[in-house]
Amino acid sequence: MRKNYNFAFLDEGSKREIRRAILKGVAIPGYQVPFASREMPIGRGWGTGGLQLTLSCIGPDDVLKVIDQGSDASVNAVSIRGLVHETTGVDTTTATQDATLIQSRHRIPERPLTRDQLLVLQVPTPEPLRTYEARETVTKRLHAEAEYTGAYLELFEQIVRYGTTTTGADHPVMVEGRYVMAPSPIPRYDNAKLNMAENLTLLGAGREKKIYAVPPYTHVESLAFDDYPFVTEEFEGASCHVCGATGVYLTQTVDPVTGEQVWQCSDTDFCAQHAAEQESEA
Amino acid sequence: MVTPQTTPVPVEHVFCDDAPVLKVCGLSKRFGAGCPYCADPRAELERNICPVCGTVHAVRNVSLEVHPGEILGIVGESGSGKSTLMQCLYFDQDPTEGDMRVAAFDGGAANCFDVSRQQQRYIRDRIFGMVYQNPYLGLRMNFSSLSNIAEKQIAAGVRDVHHMVRRGEELLERVKIPLRRKQDPPRAFSGGMQQRVQIAKALSNEPPMLFLDEVTTGLDLSVQARVLDLILQLRRDLGVSMVVVSHDLGVIRLLADRTIVMLDGQVIEHGLTDQIMQDPQHAYTQELVYSLL
Amino acid sequence: MGYVAVTGGEQAIATSLDLIERKRVAGGLALDVDTILSCLPELVQQVESEGSLWAPEVAATAVKQACGSVEEAVFLMRAYRSTLERLYTSRVIDTDEMRVDRRISAAFKDIEGGQILGATRDYSHRLIEFELADETQASVRDRARELAERLADTAVPATPDALARVPRVLTYLRSIDMVRDWPVDDTEPVDITKTPLSFPAPRSVILQALSRGLTQAVIAIGYAAIRGFGLSHPTVGELRRGSVAVEIDAPGAVADAPAEDAYYLGSIPVTEVESLIVADEVDEQGEHRSALDVGYGLVVGTDESKAIAMSVLDHSLRADDVRFPTQDQEFVLYHIDGVEATGFISHLKLPHYVTFQSKLDSALRSVAEKGGEADA
Repeated sequence: MRKNYNFAFLDEGSKREIRRAILKGVAIPGYQVPFASREMPIGRGWGTGGLQLTLSCIGPDDVLKVIDQGSDASVNAVSIRGLVHETTGVDTTTATQDATLIQSRHRIPERPLTRDQLLVLQVPTPEPLRTYEARETVTKRLHAEAEYTGAYLELFEQIVRYGTTTTGADHPVMVEGRYVMAPSPIPRYDNAKLNMAENLTLLGAGREKKIYAVPPYTHVESLAFDDYPFVTEEFEGASCHVCGATGVYLTQTVDPVTGEQVWQCSDTDFCAQHAAEQESEA
Repeated sequence: MVTPQTTPVPVEHVFCDDAPVLKVCGLSKRFGAGCPYCADPRAELERNICPVCGTVHAVRNVSLEVHPGEILGIVGESGSGKSTLMQCLYFDQDPTEGDMRVAAFDGGAANCFDVSRQQQRYIRDRIFGMVYQNPYLGLRMNFSSLSNIAEKQIAAGVRDVHHMVRRGEELLERVKIPLRRKQDPPRAFSGGMQQRVQIAKALSNEPPMLFLDEVTTGLDLSVQARVLDLILQLRRDLGVSMVVVSHDLGVIRLLADRTIVMLDGQVIEHGLTDQIMQDPQHAYTQELVYSLL
Repeated sequence: MGYVAVTGGEQAIATSLDLIERKRVAGGLALDVDTILSCLPELVQQVESEGSLWAPEVAATAVKQACGSVEEAVFLMRAYRSTLERLYTSRVIDTDEMRVDRRISAAFKDIEGGQILGATRDYSHRLIEFELADETQASVRDRARELAERLADTAVPATPDALARVPRVLTYLRSIDMVRDWPVDDTEPVDITKTPLSFPAPRSVILQALSRGLTQAVIAIGYAAIRGFGLSHPTVGELRRGSVAVEIDAPGAVADAPAEDAYYLGSIPVTEVESLIVADEVDEQGEHRSALDVGYGLVVGTDESKAIAMSVLDHSLRADDVRFPTQDQEFVLYHIDGVEATGFISHLKLPHYVTFQSKLDSALRSVAEKGGEADA
């Protein structure tokens, strides 16, 4: 373990303060709790919010998994996993089911999480109304008054212009009928996994200094209109070229051997486990 | 727990003739702390400024009523307090004191300046419509005209896109904006068209009460005439009550059934518009009327 | 040591770190920390100012580790700062007690205590001294000796006491009632490293954020404020540079223990600016009069441009008027921090292929809906 630093890098006073913000977030699902975000040894915007949540919650017995774009091998996931391991000495894993704490950027694992698992999502822009209103003073008041015309107006404008909503990732959600929340840039496909999940999800924005939470068994509904329902990404007819999976989130890539465009699971752990199952069945 | 409103709450549109749509009593708006001298409503001020403490009395003890289907005109020079008064009525500014009853809200039971901000928003979105002199205040210049018109409906809880698009098209036709421009943002429109989009937006929820603040100021004469025509048509077809603020007595004469004349934050004269035009009492009103002739 | 999942990315990172470290040592020369402190003090001070941590040796080491990148060195300092426990709060530092080595006023020709030009490049000609390329340790020592002799003859001999408590220019303006009066405000300052920003921000927050802000950003936004995107056009009432003592009360000391009982921890170099800006003032009688308002700047180190720009922004942000970005607290304070700005800009290099796939899906769907007919 690295010398001269406290267990999990942050001093205990900072960790306690962050845990207080977490508790407040859990008590008010979807509400953005401001906190005094610390400067971390990784860049602002590179997951410092998620990292502070992880470091404040982690104990010596935890087993950590870190993914970026669904992949354990992505460079930033490797970097964060290395930092947490070096400053805590906790075990790490790539197997979703073995992890007690999962920090992720841009994905929720395919395998449903359980009540014993904590999911930490890294958030670049926590304010779902920011494109509609630039000023924090105003958006804070809009949340207080549950005034979410702006969020719907953005979607309406997309439909008027393009005939469909054109949100990519980070499609806004309504949490427990009260707060509109940015689910972090997870694909729309992952939004449903937040709804009535067994696990606790914590979301942290380090640069914007906000923490928020989706407690277990919370209603999370993607914003939509009655006659233009929410749609997720489509992979019609596509399957993973490695494990053959369908009905999971796929990304396009080029087959290194044939040079062809192929589809591949973004959740690399799911892909590996699925491929192994196929193998043993065959 | 608050459940999201998915359907708009219907707004009551039926009024008995003797019950005003809107009733305002003793509305004042001060900038400054005030002092014992200017607390007296009869105290002499230098224009609208207290000679003792320097407090600006932008609106001073104004009362008014608007009846169903009626157009009330408020005329006065710039600085007379008429625009500040209007902004107080639409909750853009908080009045220092005053009482406002809105029949369509709760039958006039509560002073609407005292209800919560959420309830004030409800009144703004469903019962009132506002057309500002400066279209930048009333429109989102980068959103399409259709979205601008839909905004109030979304705020009122409508979640049916087709319904809102149909309503938007109907209103654009009514204010004579070609439908091929429905996707264009108002920033690409002329001043007269922007005012007409504002009017369409203000009407989107069929509000019983419409506020118009200097809507024709700065427009060419021919464009002015078209906007004024539209306003009269709306009253005829929809029976909307309106408060029209203008520095131009010509506009007021054309539109208003009754008129209030304001000077230095106070009402100096009120009555039927025809009566004021024919027999102005106050020296200032006389000046206004003669300059028109 | 527990089990660690090993992946391909890990190998790539390890190699990348080796490559960057090889770049640092490839020249075969080592720069020792003393040399950095002695030859590049202004660089070290900038790292301390933006890093908001006074620790010359740590800062010099950070400069060395970062191969001279200020952005990286500040980042290292800030991350290190996060791990330090705050054990004491210093006594209030009174800049009246600054030991000045330079103080000037642009507002008056002569000032009480005298204009002290001190060491400055303001009136130098920016010509590259090509001889410096061949400078040796011996020639540096010769030059130092030569300068010491010359300065003994020409520099104004000042007693140490005269520089220890120089009267303020603003004291005179206050005495003739020309500077707007503010009530003394002893509210405990907010520590922005422990409390999230909220608006309107109290003055203590504004001053801290500006003082540790990205130097070039403070200067650029301050410049915008005086050039036209704002209403401030200042006169430098006084700029003073020197060192101030940092002291803490002895443990268990009573609330207002005398200064003699305090522990002296050391002195830090600071630059302080009081700018004068003409402002409209309304008295209780509603009378307008033109009075002078003061903008305040204080930075660690000797960056005078940053201190002046800070004084401009301190004034313009008090207006908190959204017409000009330079008066908009959210605009300035949210974007002035170097670590936040560079972090978010650099994060754009991270993989975004999952979100990009999602964007692509939406764009394709829009094309499929043939674009634009909501009622189709």
